[in-house]
Amino acid sequence: MNGAARGASVSLADLEKRYDRTNAVDGVSLDIRSGEFLTLLGPSGSGKTTTLMMIAGFETPSAGDIAIDGTSVVAMPPYRRNIGMVFQNYALFPHLTVEDNIGFPLKQRGVPKAERTKLVAEALELVQLPGYGGRYPRQLSGGQQQRVALARAIVFKPRLLLMDEPLGALDKQLRENLQLEMRRLHADLGITFIYVTHDQEEALTMSDRIAVMNDGKVAQVGRPEDLYDRPCNRFVAGFIGESNFLPAVVRDLEDDVVVAECEGVMVRALCPTLRPASGSKVTLTTRPERLRFADAWNGNAPQNRMSVTVTEAVFAGERCRYLLRATDGTSIVLKEPSSAAIRRRQVGDQAEIAWSVADTILV
Amino acid sequence: MSEAVLRERGPLARIGLRSGPEARAPNLMPYLLAAPLILFMLAFYAMPVVAMLMRSVSDPTWTVANYATLPDDAVFLKTFANTFYTSLIVTLVSLLLGYPVAMALVRAPRWAPIILVLIMLPFWTSVLVRSYAWMVLLGRHGLFNEALIAAGMIDRPLRILNTPLATQIAMSHILLPYMILPIANALRQIDPSLLRAASGLGSPPWRTFLQVTLPLSMPGVAAGVLLVFVLALGFYITPAMVGGPREITISMLIAQRVDQLDWAYAATLSAVLLATALAIIGAFYRLPGVGNAFRMNAR
Amino acid sequence: MTGLGMMGARILPATVVGLILLFLAFPILVVIVVSFSSATYLTFPPPAFGLKWYDAYFGSADWLRPTWLSIWVAAAVVVVATLLGTLAALGIARLPRAARVVVAGLVLSPLIVPGIVVAIGIYYAFARYGLVGSPVGLIIAHTCLAVPFVVTSVSASLAGIDPRLEQAALSLGATPRATFFQVTLPLIRPGVLVGALFAFITSFDELVVALFISGSGAVTLPRRMWDDLRFQIDPTIAAVSTLTIVLTVALMWGAHLLRKHAERQVTKQA
Repeated sequence: MNGAARGASVSLADLEKRYDRTNAVDGVSLDIRSGEFLTLLGPSGSGKTTTLMMIAGFETPSAGDIAIDGTSVVAMPPYRRNIGMVFQNYALFPHLTVEDNIGFPLKQRGVPKAERTKLVAEALELVQLPGYGGRYPRQLSGGQQQRVALARAIVFKPRLLLMDEPLGALDKQLRENLQLEMRRLHADLGITFIYVTHDQEEALTMSDRIAVMNDGKVAQVGRPEDLYDRPCNRFVAGFIGESNFLPAVVRDLEDDVVVAECEGVMVRALCPTLRPASGSKVTLTTRPERLRFADAWNGNAPQNRMSVTVTEAVFAGERCRYLLRATDGTSIVLKEPSSAAIRRRQVGDQAEIAWSVADTILV
Repeated sequence: MSEAVLRERGPLARIGLRSGPEARAPNLMPYLLAAPLILFMLAFYAMPVVAMLMRSVSDPTWTVANYATLPDDAVFLKTFANTFYTSLIVTLVSLLLGYPVAMALVRAPRWAPIILVLIMLPFWTSVLVRSYAWMVLLGRHGLFNEALIAAGMIDRPLRILNTPLATQIAMSHILLPYMILPIANALRQIDPSLLRAASGLGSPPWRTFLQVTLPLSMPGVAAGVLLVFVLALGFYITPAMVGGPREITISMLIAQRVDQLDWAYAATLSAVLLATALAIIGAFYRLPGVGNAFRMNAR
Repeated sequence: MTGLGMMGARILPATVVGLILLFLAFPILVVIVVSFSSATYLTFPPPAFGLKWYDAYFGSADWLRPTWLSIWVAAAVVVVATLLGTLAALGIARLPRAARVVVAGLVLSPLIVPGIVVAIGIYYAFARYGLVGSPVGLIIAHTCLAVPFVVTSVSASLAGIDPRLEQAALSLGATPRATFFQVTLPLIRPGVLVGALFAFITSFDELVVALFISGSGAVTLPRRMWDDLRFQIDPTIAAVSTLTIVLTVALMWGAHLLRKHAERQVTKQA
């Protein structure tokens, strides 16, 4: 079987969902490729779950269109969409055994009993729960229930799998194990995954692409490293990872690099999306772990430099976290890998920090 | 957000006529499902009761005379006062006896199962059988009198059966579980750490009870009091079986008048009784815990 | 505080509670004991034990006829009330809020309207419908009284269902019809059964309405007991009472276990 055919492509066009006066989803357009692992990431109330529910068919869009493999499904009831779905609290049927839970979608499709048994056994094998078929959901741990839910959602070989915060209720260790398992499953099955979460770390580790949602809109779509390295607005920069925000005034533009005055010094920054006019007020963003004290660069210190005062120093094992104050009073966070060989700064120390232009983004 | 919406509309709300253009049309299914019962209850319950109540203003002709004469009606006033008085006594007795049992039920988990059985055994037994039990106990040659005579405390049997006292005892016994269960519910919801905190701060048990437990259990007390009082107002079987011949309740008076085919009077009293019950419930329905108790009064 | 005082502080409340519980249970126990008495008159404790009064009950057509009538009227009430009540509960859960309040108000009102008012209202109308003195009249009237228990019980189980279970079924390809029969109905089954048991007992124990509408043609067991008590308190009634206590307690215990079971099924998973 060839990979491209196994996964469905999904296309959302100007999708809207209005409740009374609020717009839960407010003009979402997104093309999800066949076989892709796409995550809808956002805080609660950002519209990510509502978007998923519209794809599944549990919510009717107020406007816009949803197409699967180029065919609009807006008028199609959920039970004819042939989409696998994993719910936040697993939603296993408490009155059915594991075997009957997983066999449920096959039964609906009229699969004969003998074949059903075989497919259920295969699915249990796939989620590493062979021999659990006779148990009831309440006799399983949270992680096991999650695997059963997964098996049930893929046993009928859907070409699209939707997941609504499937790991939300599990503890950290288990969550990390299941994240890896889902990646493996995605690679094995080759079908399209749409995954909803509010956990940015989970999104970064698992996804091919992430759509960051805020206020019912898509704030940015891209590969995890793109979102992290090139956030295109302040929300994305703040929501994914930790960011410093520096107020600045644009002085000059050179191709895709902007020169801005910031805390009394000239700083260069990339501006992938915006073209600000000279003299306009902007915000620059940098990641705390991409900043270094200037003397730590061993003479190769990059172009962007700034004088600061240490106002807080916290040793946190693998790294040191410093809170710095720039000349105009802006607070800056700097994270440095800890090493016994590096001199640790004290509160009140004056220092110079330096960082690369590639790690400075105008948002 | 979507979860909130789902909960609001209830289970199965989104199944059925919901996709495509017809999704915006009102869904008739719920009405169709409820219709048979609604029609049944209108025809055989609501309309009969309303038709009967109408006799109070339409008999002999359209008039309010049946109500206007009530304030001068000595039989009505005496019966009404007796019904209220009995309900009040029964409510007080139930509260006094019910609170300690509710406390024990919640605070003595080791004994809770046996306590619960002892509460539920009478609760699940019919009012008729329980009233009969009190006839056996309180009769002229009943267990109570026999025991007192055997103990040499009295020479001749006391007259208890067919007195207001017998009504009060039997009704208190029958309604006691309605007091215990809401109070126990309220007590169960008190955060035990509050009690530990109070005793940790050196508060003696009686003060912890007065300042923490009692105020926090008030929703349960209010619910129990209201439930018992309103149910007591409508009692018929028990006072008719064990009560005094002269101290009758409103319900008994209504039944008597129906036997005499005096529908106008029976309907008037029914309307007064119903209005009183509804007014009391309406007045206190918004108190915390009360609404719940009425919805849960399924025995 | 002295040791004695400490003991007093614990024993006194325990004694008080014990006495109140005795007050609650004792009358019922006395009825049960008296029913096994061998005496021809009510004395306590009985001089000897025997099944005399049970023989009297089982040997008397005057007692058995009302018993069978009560049982089959109650059985019919179970069928009608459970069917109408379950359908209505399914509808009520999906009604818009305002309509839900009105419908629930009508359906649940027999719980608070005084029994005598309901009884004479029904008597007043049923006399015209020709339903007095007929089992059909009893079945209809008792259904009205039993329905609130079915509706509350089924509504409670419906409210306990996670809406995502129904969504899950739909997403797995079950039609709304299949979802109802394969998911919703099995999940509310305990609630329906509990409602049915309540309906049975409500009808089986009902007296006030029966006093007015059973006439001479449809004498139920409670009505027969009532008539008997007007003239005598012989221990046959104790035997009948004991049998009804055993029946209702057994049914209620069954309802209690069903509820516990359903709760466990739901909570264990969450």
